[in-house]
Amino acid sequence: MNAEKHVMTMLVDNEPGVVSRIAGLFSGKGFNIESICGSPTNDPRVSRITIATQANPPVVEQIEKQLRKLVNVIKLRSLNGPSCVRRELALACITVKPEQRAEVLRIVDLAQGKIADAGLSHLIIELSGEQEEVQTVLNLLKPYGIKKLARTGPIGLIREPK
Amino acid sequence: MEMTGAQILMTMLKQEGVDTLFGFPGGAVIDIYDELARTDIRHILVRHEQGAVHAADGYARASGKVGVCLVTSGPGATNTVTGIASAHADSIPVVILTGQVPTHLIGNDAFQEVDIVGITRPCTKHNYLVKSIADLARTVKEAFFLARSGRPGPVLVDIPKNVASGRGLYEPPGEVSLRSYNPTYQPHRKQLSEVARLIEEARQPVIFAGGGVLRSGGAAALTRLARRTLIPVTTSLMGLGAFPGSDPLFLGMIGMHGTYAANMSTGDCDLMLAVGVRFDDRVTGKTDLFASQAKIVHIDIDPTSIRKNVQVGIPVVGDCRISLELLDEMVADARLAGLADRRAPWLARIADWKRSQPLAYQNGNAIKPQYVIEQVHALTRGEAVITTEVGQNQMWAAQYYRFDHPDHFITSGGLGTMGFGLPAAIGAQIACPGKTVIDIAGDGSIQMNIQELATAVQYELPVKIVILNNGYLGMVRQWQELFFGKRYSATRMDHAPDFVKLAEAYGAVGLRASRPADVVPVLREGLAVRRPVMMDFVVEAEEGVYPMVPSGSPLTEMLLV
Repeated sequence: MNAEKHVMTMLVDNEPGVVSRIAGLFSGKGFNIESICGSPTNDPRVSRITIATQANPPVVEQIEKQLRKLVNVIKLRSLNGPSCVRRELALACITVKPEQRAEVLRIVDLAQGKIADAGLSHLIIELSGEQEEVQTVLNLLKPYGIKKLARTGPIGLIREPK
Repeated sequence: MEMTGAQILMTMLKQEGVDTLFGFPGGAVIDIYDELARTDIRHILVRHEQGAVHAADGYARASGKVGVCLVTSGPGATNTVTGIASAHADSIPVVILTGQVPTHLIGNDAFQEVDIVGITRPCTKHNYLVKSIADLARTVKEAFFLARSGRPGPVLVDIPKNVASGRGLYEPPGEVSLRSYNPTYQPHRKQLSEVARLIEEARQPVIFAGGGVLRSGGAAALTRLARRTLIPVTTSLMGLGAFPGSDPLFLGMIGMHGTYAANMSTGDCDLMLAVGVRFDDRVTGKTDLFASQAKIVHIDIDPTSIRKNVQVGIPVVGDCRISLELLDEMVADARLAGLADRRAPWLARIADWKRSQPLAYQNGNAIKPQYVIEQVHALTRGEAVITTEVGQNQMWAAQYYRFDHPDHFITSGGLGTMGFGLPAAIGAQIACPGKTVIDIAGDGSIQMNIQELATAVQYELPVKIVILNNGYLGMVRQWQELFFGKRYSATRMDHAPDFVKLAEAYGAVGLRASRPADVVPVLREGLAVRRPVMMDFVVEAEEGVYPMVPSGSPLTEMLLV
């Protein structure tokens, strides 16, 4: 069975050590974390953590069961397919010569990105969207030279009934 | 009411019904010890903190209650790790109370500071650092609740010195309710009724029972169901005693050193009812070929156990006892008419396997370890609580002491911890003062926690130690003999102490048997004394444990005597 990308989101107790329990579970059981993103929710006692992993389906089943078994994990859902909204935020610092600036800005504009910082020879570009969309824009920017890159990995929510 | 942290802790321990603590004092827990001395909770001073956890573990298994231990910070805490990991691997309810440096020093590399919560995160069911006296009562209550509920396990509570010594308001905590923790006790009825139908229809069924049956108190329910539906029963090492060993339906233990009948039955069964097991690699052999003809039903309270190692046909998440009782109700008497005839060919084949390849060994001039266990069984009429160390001694105890009762076999199954047996026997003896408690040991493993002999002597606990002394680390030697061309690398145990003199030095009784004719007299003498006794049986040096399934082979391919 082939490893597939799998995104899961969980509500956890907002307590010290919880991320360590989750990360330790992945490393201890030989699972792989591709990205992890967490922050408190509107209820300050609860945080939402979203993890992307590469694993084959039986391993995904086992990862999810093991996570649910952690006393601090309140609720866990898969974030895959059209039933959910997934977004990633990326900040990319691009080397841009003055004569290239216009075309780079055009790409950013097309991708509905923002300029978070600008200098004589660089731009920090803020991109968000589905992970694949962000990747497409980054591919377009690559020829100019990506000096630094920070990505959150996917976060997401399950859609409510229409 | 205002109280010190230590007073709150003692109040909570009393509330949880704790009457015995296994522990070792130190600076960070001195306030707790001061308070402990004012209560009627019995404290057993072990000689090493690892022994405290194993003793609490043995106490928990023998009594069905939560075992509790108390140790200091730093090395006191790290010494408990092997004990905690052992209890975790075998799902035993133990609460470990560790001292910690005062909260303002945490993170400063203070004297005897260690991040025990970080260290034990992967080997506890859950753990806590109590940062404020206001959290103490509730945390202790949660710890006991988590340890004993669902799939049981060890829970550690780390208590900084200033939390124990400081004063705070004590408010009795209410019932524990954790929104993130809700074990499923009640199995899915529809799934179970499907299982009931399979039981009625199967021609060659087998029940495979594990430690979960014992932990849930389901042995009686299992026995009733198996006898009513005429299903032969095998157990894992951890499940021994879940079904009477002397019942004709008992196949013996399954797995690497399982009986011929039990292992062969897995090859041909058409229904395997696996209850409270986790399909450990020592049980399944080559997993692809394990029970490959059978529909596997897997009942377990822990969903992560299901489909972890073996694909199953019908998963049932629920408490083993409740599930077995429900199954017994669901299997209709009417459908069992003519069952004896339907099962007859299968039971005849099993009888044939049992007859053709029983557990066997050849007698010789030297004492055979199997013979010693048989005699221990005979002289205790199968009523003793048996603990073991790990290795050949453990396997021979499992094979040759027929366990008729639940919770009479106490062994480190999952982790395989040498040095487990003696402290576990101490805990079991405290839980069952009227019973004969025997540690079956090897000359290697007994030396790993031999210091606890002093504990047994101090508290006048009449535990018996049966050392099967072959001068080797026998199980590894056996593997070297079979798979490494007899190159006995580091398995010869030269310079063992004189165990008789050692026993006497500790204030226990020491006895030795060197010839087969000495075995029964030595056992008789040792069992008759109401004191700790260490019996040294000088046994055949290169005796092996058989049957044996080489690691990675299918269960039906066994090396026999």
